[in-house]
Amino acid sequence: MKRVKDLIFRNGSIVVLILLCTYYSFVTVAEQYPNDAAAGRDLADTITASIGGKANVLVIARNTSQDRAFATAIAERLEEHGATVVETVHGAPFDARKALERVGSKATKLDAIATNHAASEWGPIKPDRIAKMADEFPSLSGAQVFQPQSYVWPSFLTRENLVNVINQNADIAIIAIGMTMVIITAGIDLSVGSLMALSGVMAAVAIQNVAGGSSAGLIGMIGGCLVGIGLCTLCGAFNGVMVTWFRVPAFVVTLGMMMVARGLALIIAVRYQSALTGGTTEGTPEAVKIQAASFSWLGNGQMLGIPNPIVLMLILYVIAHIVMTRTSLGRYIYAVGGNPEAARLSGVPVFGVLIMVYAVVAAMAGLAGIVDASRFEGGRPNAGELYELQVIAAVVVGGTSLAGGEGRIFGTLIGAMIIAVIQNGLNMAGVASYEQKVVFGTLILAAVLLDRFKKMG
Amino acid sequence: MSTTPRTTASASDSSLLRMRGIEKSFPGVHALDNVDLELHSGEVLALLGENGAGKSTLIKVLGGAHQPDAGSIEIDGQTTEIPNPLESQRLGISIIYQEFNLVPAMTARENIFLGQEPARVSFVPVAKERRRARELFERIEVQLDPEALVRDLTVAQQQVVEIAKALALDAKIIVMDEPTAALSPVEVEGLFRIIRELKTHGIGIVYISHRLNEILDIADRVTVLRDGGLVGTKPIGQLTRESIIEMMVGRKLENEFPNRKRESKQEQGLVVSHLSRDSAVRDVSFKVRRGEIVALTGLVGAGRTETARLIFGADQRESGTISLDGKYLDIRKPRDAIAAGICLLTEDRKHQGLVVLRSVLENFGLPNMSRFAPRALIQRANERVAFDGFVDQLRIKVTSRDQLTANLSGGNQQKVVLAKWLERNADVIIFDEPTRGIDVGAKYEIYVLMNQLVEQGKAILMISSELPEVLGMADRIIVMHEGRVTGEITDMQSATQEMIMNLAVQ
Repeated sequence: MKRVKDLIFRNGSIVVLILLCTYYSFVTVAEQYPNDAAAGRDLADTITASIGGKANVLVIARNTSQDRAFATAIAERLEEHGATVVETVHGAPFDARKALERVGSKATKLDAIATNHAASEWGPIKPDRIAKMADEFPSLSGAQVFQPQSYVWPSFLTRENLVNVINQNADIAIIAIGMTMVIITAGIDLSVGSLMALSGVMAAVAIQNVAGGSSAGLIGMIGGCLVGIGLCTLCGAFNGVMVTWFRVPAFVVTLGMMMVARGLALIIAVRYQSALTGGTTEGTPEAVKIQAASFSWLGNGQMLGIPNPIVLMLILYVIAHIVMTRTSLGRYIYAVGGNPEAARLSGVPVFGVLIMVYAVVAAMAGLAGIVDASRFEGGRPNAGELYELQVIAAVVVGGTSLAGGEGRIFGTLIGAMIIAVIQNGLNMAGVASYEQKVVFGTLILAAVLLDRFKKMG
Repeated sequence: MSTTPRTTASASDSSLLRMRGIEKSFPGVHALDNVDLELHSGEVLALLGENGAGKSTLIKVLGGAHQPDAGSIEIDGQTTEIPNPLESQRLGISIIYQEFNLVPAMTARENIFLGQEPARVSFVPVAKERRRARELFERIEVQLDPEALVRDLTVAQQQVVEIAKALALDAKIIVMDEPTAALSPVEVEGLFRIIRELKTHGIGIVYISHRLNEILDIADRVTVLRDGGLVGTKPIGQLTRESIIEMMVGRKLENEFPNRKRESKQEQGLVVSHLSRDSAVRDVSFKVRRGEIVALTGLVGAGRTETARLIFGADQRESGTISLDGKYLDIRKPRDAIAAGICLLTEDRKHQGLVVLRSVLENFGLPNMSRFAPRALIQRANERVAFDGFVDQLRIKVTSRDQLTANLSGGNQQKVVLAKWLERNADVIIFDEPTRGIDVGAKYEIYVLMNQLVEQGKAILMISSELPEVLGMADRIIVMHEGRVTGEITDMQSATQEMIMNLAVQ
């Protein structure tokens, strides 16, 4: 019993994460309609098996990137089998009817219509409607509608959803790395959300105005990003100097920085928009569009099927874990948080360590701002609003003590995932956003309580 | 120290408190094994034992914080139970811990009557309380402004507030845990005067201390615990310093201070000249040669610790020079001193010496990162091997390298601090109260180590308030008073406590 208790306490956040995932898996069990390339290939096999190799097939799907992949896969596989794809339609019910008319007016008999669940709901491809059309267009008679086999599975527990959940929260998780370090030193940083916006806007302006906008090369884009991240790092170092040399409480310093950085991000965005019109308009706080096409690779691209923000996040977590457990800097961070005076008297450069962690968290916020700008193809002056609270929540839920000296990097990753999963799960379970806030706050209180119990033993 | 005639309570009917056959076990530890304790009214009972002997568990039983597994407690002849701290207070028991239970931002008066306000919601009868506080202070014959903020009071004055608080609660039994740990000799005298005053009012006092000289001075009877069991209770008249130590450690201690070959003195070493910082340290000059232990002593507040902190760079000196082996050192921060081969074992290990939240290994490695992590990564194997070496050499009792430093006894914590500095191979080691809060057996081990270090040619500066320790260990004694060096004693053969005190009080 004691061992079970220890296990739960020591890995409390993992247990919570597993319980949450289990719960959401149960409540989101539903009919699943596969709609990817693999489903497309399977469907092509099914059609060939039931009609034969020489079938004439019409493919109908919506005009989305996923449906396109689905339809392309069907067409390729059918042609491998020797069947003929008479036409592939991407669009709305109206387009489907037009296509049926076109196909029906030809002499060749249509054997099958391949579609997915969403398109199969459209009026024109309901079997009774096709039967009706067959009166006018005889070559449609006998056309069967095929769609991928559905199955029952939790909507939450699909690869697509899970990847999506992590991807959407990768920026929070990245900032939480730096926040963990700051909180381990018994500090706090409220400016991260604003710094994130400042970084995105600065990088966007630099890429547009200096690196050449749509013709910006790789070096130009990297340079632009470094401008954003570098500016944030300086702001963070400034926070650190205020906290150490001037002994201003971190809460106050970073609260100030939070307002200054947000204000700067908005000012820059507005001036930029105004300058675009040659100064004839006042400008609005809209995103600074980045026209360099390949810039969106970081936020929207993939590596080995995993979205780039997740890859970046995982790499950073591994590096941070090594720094915290295997380097003198990590030891110093824990020592400064545990007992700054004892650390100083042991020869730890306390001020240097503190300035460093504030610079690191700001750099992480800057990087998150770049990811955000890449994802939205523009620097958004309103990016990262209230992120500071989500980031702090992730760190605390992950088991780092606000009193300093204790905490683990991977604990924070679990904490960030818990927060992501809760939001996603609440959305899926149809809980309204106001109620979500209540659940969210309760969760943070519960995490802190758990930490208390752990301390009391 | 003075010797006043003692009023020894004899009749057992004057027994205030009688604890019999107290048993208490925690998982894996038999903390109290059939312990008896009897306290008469108007006496001082010294409760002695090494760290871990069971003193604090016994006191917590008395305070209602722990429930005994077996045994009985009688107060004024009535068998009773003490289920919680409030009941303990109601029964007239007051416990004054080493770390006071006072609110620094409140006045002495407010602290004395904290929790005794007449009703939940009402005005505080300030005038009445103030009168009452004055009466209490008069009763123990001390001058103290009831309206002074506790944080502005000295440690000794805060203790007086604690005692007044106990009296305000009408305490019959007062437990004092290491009450003189942070007091200067003059303040100790003041405390003893108060204790004698309390005795005349029939109050029984349980006095816990490691300082045997004080015990011999103030106690009427002595109860000694060892490893959770009762060794015995004896009237003070039948005991000597040696016999008390024998009872505590369970074997005869040949010498309290180990012998050392005193021949390896060299001319080179640490030289400080004209060190000053505002009024705390004024024009202090002395030298510590390699191969000798120099004791820096004086009353608390004489500027000893402050001097050490200037040498170590923990505080900025306003003037003065520091040199080691003839080379001037530019020390601005502890990092500089450490790099130059000077280290400081602070008096307050918990708050200044160790990061108690972290493991012993991490504490050990902290000042040695330049050695264990010459590039980015810590060479953990090297660090472990070095640490294990010191665990053997210093006989540090740890369950694992990852044990939290907070869970170590005082002696073992001191050894961890020592290990981290020995790994740096420092030339000058400053010990500030090296044996404070450490039990007799571990003290001896620390002394042996200090001797070994000077034999290896290191220079040791030892700050100590315990005069027997100063006389037993030092090659020379430097005495400070109000920030200045007031004298030096080089002839250790003829040195006495009186000589030191004369220089210390001027």
